[in-house]
Amino acid sequence: MGAVVGTLTMQTKQRQLSRDKVDDDLEMTMVCHRPEGLDQLEAQTNFNKRELQVLYRGFKNECPSGVVNEDTFKQIYSQFFPHGDASTYAHYLFNAFDSGHSGSIKFEDFVTALSILLRGSTREKLQWTFNLYDINRDGYINKEEMTDIVRAIYDMMGKYTYPALKTDAPKQHVDAFFQKMDKNRDGVVTLDEFLLSCQEDENIMRSLQLFENVI
Amino acid sequence: MAAGVATWLPFARAAAVGWLPLAKKTMPKPPVDKKSRSDEILIVNVSGLRFQTWKNTLDRYPDTLLGSSEKEFFYNEDTQEYFFDRDPEMFRHILNFYRTGKLHYPRQECIQAFDEELAFYGIVPDIIGDCCMEEYRDRKKENQERLAEDTEAEMATDVPLPPNSTPRERLWRAFENPHTSTMALVFYYVTGFFIAVSVIANVVETVPCRPPKGSVKDLPCGEKYSVAFFCMDTACVLIFTFEYLMRLFAAPSRCKFMRSVMSVIDVVAIMPYYIGLVMPENEDVSGAFVTLRVFRVFRIFKFSRHSQGLRILGYTLKSCASELGFLLFSLTMAIIIFATVMFYAEKGTKGTNFTSIPASFWYTIVTMTTLGYGDMVPNTIAGKIFGSICSLSGVLVIALPVPVIVSNFSRIYHQNQRADKMRAQQKVRLARIRMAKKGTTNAFLQYKEDGGLQDHDSDSAALCLKNRSSFEHQHHHLLHCLEKTTNHEFTDELTYSEMCMTESVGYRTSRSTSLSSQQVVSSSCCPRRAKRRAIRLANSTVSVSRGSVQELDTLQVLKSSAVPQSRSSLNARTEDLKLNCEQRDYTAAIISIPTPPANTPDESLPPSPAVPGILRNSRSISSFTHETVKISSL
Repeated sequence: MGAVVGTLTMQTKQRQLSRDKVDDDLEMTMVCHRPEGLDQLEAQTNFNKRELQVLYRGFKNECPSGVVNEDTFKQIYSQFFPHGDASTYAHYLFNAFDSGHSGSIKFEDFVTALSILLRGSTREKLQWTFNLYDINRDGYINKEEMTDIVRAIYDMMGKYTYPALKTDAPKQHVDAFFQKMDKNRDGVVTLDEFLLSCQEDENIMRSLQLFENVI
Repeated sequence: MAAGVATWLPFARAAAVGWLPLAKKTMPKPPVDKKSRSDEILIVNVSGLRFQTWKNTLDRYPDTLLGSSEKEFFYNEDTQEYFFDRDPEMFRHILNFYRTGKLHYPRQECIQAFDEELAFYGIVPDIIGDCCMEEYRDRKKENQERLAEDTEAEMATDVPLPPNSTPRERLWRAFENPHTSTMALVFYYVTGFFIAVSVIANVVETVPCRPPKGSVKDLPCGEKYSVAFFCMDTACVLIFTFEYLMRLFAAPSRCKFMRSVMSVIDVVAIMPYYIGLVMPENEDVSGAFVTLRVFRVFRIFKFSRHSQGLRILGYTLKSCASELGFLLFSLTMAIIIFATVMFYAEKGTKGTNFTSIPASFWYTIVTMTTLGYGDMVPNTIAGKIFGSICSLSGVLVIALPVPVIVSNFSRIYHQNQRADKMRAQQKVRLARIRMAKKGTTNAFLQYKEDGGLQDHDSDSAALCLKNRSSFEHQHHHLLHCLEKTTNHEFTDELTYSEMCMTESVGYRTSRSTSLSSQQVVSSSCCPRRAKRRAIRLANSTVSVSRGSVQELDTLQVLKSSAVPQSRSSLNARTEDLKLNCEQRDYTAAIISIPTPPANTPDESLPPSPAVPGILRNSRSISSFTHETVKISSL
């Protein structure tokens, strides 16, 4: 008899646990993140109050809860590149934006990254790019990381390109990159090598100025 | 692309910095955005309800009214806002679409009103969000079905026959719509009566009657009074055959008619009789003959021509064919399964009824439909268990498709009801439209009578004229221009028909000077569509001219029956204000014949014109009766 009652109570306890879990999940999705004050953000970034207002309004409209998770991010980014598959590159981009590695981008992360990319110095921009390429954040870009990045970029092009994409195109691209960037030919590119090589390249320097007035 | 994605574009462009070190070629120049970047708040005033939104929000969808420059047409400089004279409640949903990128359908609104608003604001309904898409689609389909039905109902049965229909067409029409003529109705009821008689006779002839003297056994009435029944049968079959042949003759498409369900039923109903006549009283063949007699019961289906409910039922069953098929299929499956199980379960029992699987079918069917006759019962425990499972599952299997069939029937039935109601309402609506139309035409004719075509000298203009709205003035002016263009005049039905009638009598024209131009009239009667004119005298008195009036036998004074008043005259209370426009009983409408051209131009008569021809009253204040007045020797 006792055994029966015992099993019954155990069952209810399990049910209780699962219900709590469900409640927790609900709670988590309800969590709203509010950014720091406008003044603080203005001080931290290179945007003025008006621009921050516009940016936040758009951000909040899209993500009422105040954070972007990776899936939404991938979705949004993929809409800009309908021809191919932008999910891999979006993943790397997400990691680059999510400087705190929290798994979600808050408005501060968003605005900080934008500030660097649009209003930052050349060095800051290149540093950000290096962080993007350095997938495992070990301070070095090796060939595998670069190949992944390049392949992800080529994936965004899709299948129908002119001229048709060859299978070894990413590899060739990576080889050319390393040829240029890897000064001491040790198979990895460090931040200094990267900065030096980019500053030597006029094209890159000129292109960096192009995105100044995006906002 | 969705609205919000536009917000992320700057971010995506910024992220392109990540490609730069990899780029083999130089980047293209970015587009220069000359527009002012600062966002401003716009005010949109919809029927007094003020909505405010960022300009950027509206710019998200540049191919709609609010997103394009089309909204500038609605800009009010004085109040610095965009004013729309539309439904403010609906606008809320429209604006939400701009804000969220998803269009929601408000369930309590009429679908047509919603569609109209969408069309006005240039939004394509396909972007309705998933949450509301189903509801929207359903309502739209329902509405379209309704419209289709209405137009169908309009075009269908109640259209009056074209005047040149052949007797065959009229016969067919009488058959299809018995209420169009008395004869058809009589025939309809007669056939109905004979169907009933035939069916009752079929039933009664099997009832056992008292045996004739000298016999013990009960005899079915059919054999006792065989002659009487035979005569009745013959009469019914004759009527049915006659009806069928008439329908066949009248049908516009004989092949289609012969393939239709009703005609097949008709044929099947009368064939047994003829086959019986032909077949000899042979013992061998009479077995087959008896089978044929069963088909006589099909006569009862002929009632479906008389009963709409039966037709609906038949139509329902046809439209539920898939559900019925599913029901049948699942039942068959279950029957086979359970019959097999029961057979093997009961195999061991001695003297069991379950002799074979097909024999178990009967038990399974009886149990599944919860009939339970009890002629076959399981004896083993296993058999009883499976038997109970069988009956429980039977209830489920049968109960599942039934609601679908029921809802189909209900929908079709309501559709039918609605069709009837629509038809009734259509009649009223058409009558109202006709009255309104007549009103407006008469308004113009009235206007002319009242001297509206004259130049408006300030004093002489009748008060009744002044009371017409500016819209009416302009409308009448337009009609007048049309008259001048075509050199014809508007008139009403009665005048027109009289023109045709009396045209041959030969009246001369004379006209009043109130009509500006000299209008040469030529005559021809209505069928020959030559140029013709009816000229109205605007003069009120029945003045008799001593001039050029020729033979005048009778003046038909037609007091037309109440032509409904035009709306304007009702509104303006012209009865009180008509000073010059008092009850004029007669106005002259004159027809002329082709007199030699020399005559007509000279016929400029003094303002008291001749009256020959037809005097008519087109005043609509009160109802009048038709009178004929003889005026002689003018």
